[in-house]
Amino acid sequence: MNKLSLAGLLGLVVRRDLLLAMRRRADVLTTLIFFVMVVSLFPLGVGPEQDMLRKMASGVVWVAALLASMLSLPRMFSADYADGTLEQMMLAPQSLTVLVLGKIVAHWMLSGLPLVLIAPVLGLQFDMSTQALGMLVLALLLGTPILSMIGVIGAALTLGLRGGGVLVSLLVLPLCIPVLIFGAGAVEAVNSGMSAVSNLALLGAFMIFALVFTPFVAAQALRISME
Amino acid sequence: MNWGDFFAMNGYAFYVWGSYGVTVLVFAVEALMARNRRNNILRELRLMRMDMEDNGNGEQA
Amino acid sequence: MAINWFKYSAPSTFYGLAGKLIPFFAWPAAILFAIGLYIGFFVAPTDAVQSEAYRIIFIHVPASILSMFIYLIMAGYAALGLIFNTRLSSMMAQALAPTGALFAFISLWTGALWGKPMWGAWWVWDARLTSELILLFLYLGFIALQASIEDPRRADKAAALLAIVGSVNVPIIYFSVKWWNTLHQGATIKMSGTSMHVAMQQAMFMVLVACWLYAIAVALARVRSIILERERNTQWVSELPEVKYEDGGAK
Repeated sequence: MNKLSLAGLLGLVVRRDLLLAMRRRADVLTTLIFFVMVVSLFPLGVGPEQDMLRKMASGVVWVAALLASMLSLPRMFSADYADGTLEQMMLAPQSLTVLVLGKIVAHWMLSGLPLVLIAPVLGLQFDMSTQALGMLVLALLLGTPILSMIGVIGAALTLGLRGGGVLVSLLVLPLCIPVLIFGAGAVEAVNSGMSAVSNLALLGAFMIFALVFTPFVAAQALRISME
Repeated sequence: MNWGDFFAMNGYAFYVWGSYGVTVLVFAVEALMARNRRNNILRELRLMRMDMEDNGNGEQA
Repeated sequence: MAINWFKYSAPSTFYGLAGKLIPFFAWPAAILFAIGLYIGFFVAPTDAVQSEAYRIIFIHVPASILSMFIYLIMAGYAALGLIFNTRLSSMMAQALAPTGALFAFISLWTGALWGKPMWGAWWVWDARLTSELILLFLYLGFIALQASIEDPRRADKAAALLAIVGSVNVPIIYFSVKWWNTLHQGATIKMSGTSMHVAMQQAMFMVLVACWLYAIAVALARVRSIILERERNTQWVSELPEVKYEDGGAK
């Protein structure tokens, strides 16, 4: 087999994970349905007044996005861990960091991207203005990859632990708070007429910072868990 | 300096003594738990040691 | 005569050393705590604005400082344990975590009890209080991860990695919460606004040092138990006086 380039490895892992996920389509939909359900519950709890809903829309959507991305984290490695392919992957003479990056991209495409695509529809439930909807999509587009990247570290650390699902949320949610603050803040800024450039810039900075460090840290976490 | 006024804390008694009371309580509980943990492990070690002695004698004899 | 410090990096020798050190930290802590509180309650004047309620500051500020620094020290020990594979460093990190979490809890509790008379609400989403709450979550995450993994070696390393990632995030979380707080609610009453009377500063400093000594004493006591738990099958543990005889050896 010819020497696999890093980009080739990345593409291979992403394609493989997406293929596997598509075979069990239900998993992908559960994340999406959970997101829609959580967002739709709030108006029932808070009441139908339009201006109240408009004010809290971005916060609700963002918290739901955080929870939805937590939901699918344990499944990231559990299938490969169970049937031993994860061990083979680690033994392969390929860079584990890029392999983990592939896992991150696959997880984001399965749990982050659907949220971004469906967010505008949910925004209408909260009667958000079109600029606010546009900003929500943009902020989510920047924010959800960070959630996946931080989440992968939690998933790698809690590999194979019983009760891992709850544990991964306890470990990862505190670290996602800055993303929540600036993500929801971006839409808030647009609602109140200010420019949201500062929020988006910070979100972008977090994303690049996470992109540089999290694959390596997650690879270390995998080595620790698989010892 | 009568103690009545002192403890009244000018009406804020509940807040001030609530804070310091809980703090001292937390310190005491933490110290007790540390001691308790030590006693448990020591008791366990003594049991292990006794088992070893019994088996030890058994085998040698 | 060069003292071989590395001798004390082995759990067995450190166990004895820690045992001797505990009284030297515990008693000064109690004495300093008493003196600090005496000055705080009897010498320090009544504050013009906040009358007697401000006296909570003597425990609230030290507890907050302690909770932050213990987390960084814990992350430092964890990193040492991860890099140099020294079991004792990881044990020290595990021993510090509960004490740090308790100081974070004390800081939140006293902050709430102080906030009620001052700001009229038990919980105010002030930047410092909010970051303290998140710090408590980071502590609980560390303790939960350490507790949920059976194999001690993997538990140490996994928790160490989490502590390092957490410590990188602490400043980020603090500044984002600070930015978020000033945006929404305007500046709440600044705690440090009032100029501190010299007696107040003395009292707070003494309580701070007392809390430091207390934290070290409790951590040393807990690390001794952890050493015993982890080295239960070793020879030196079974030879210990307190294990050999029912009442022999140190307390």
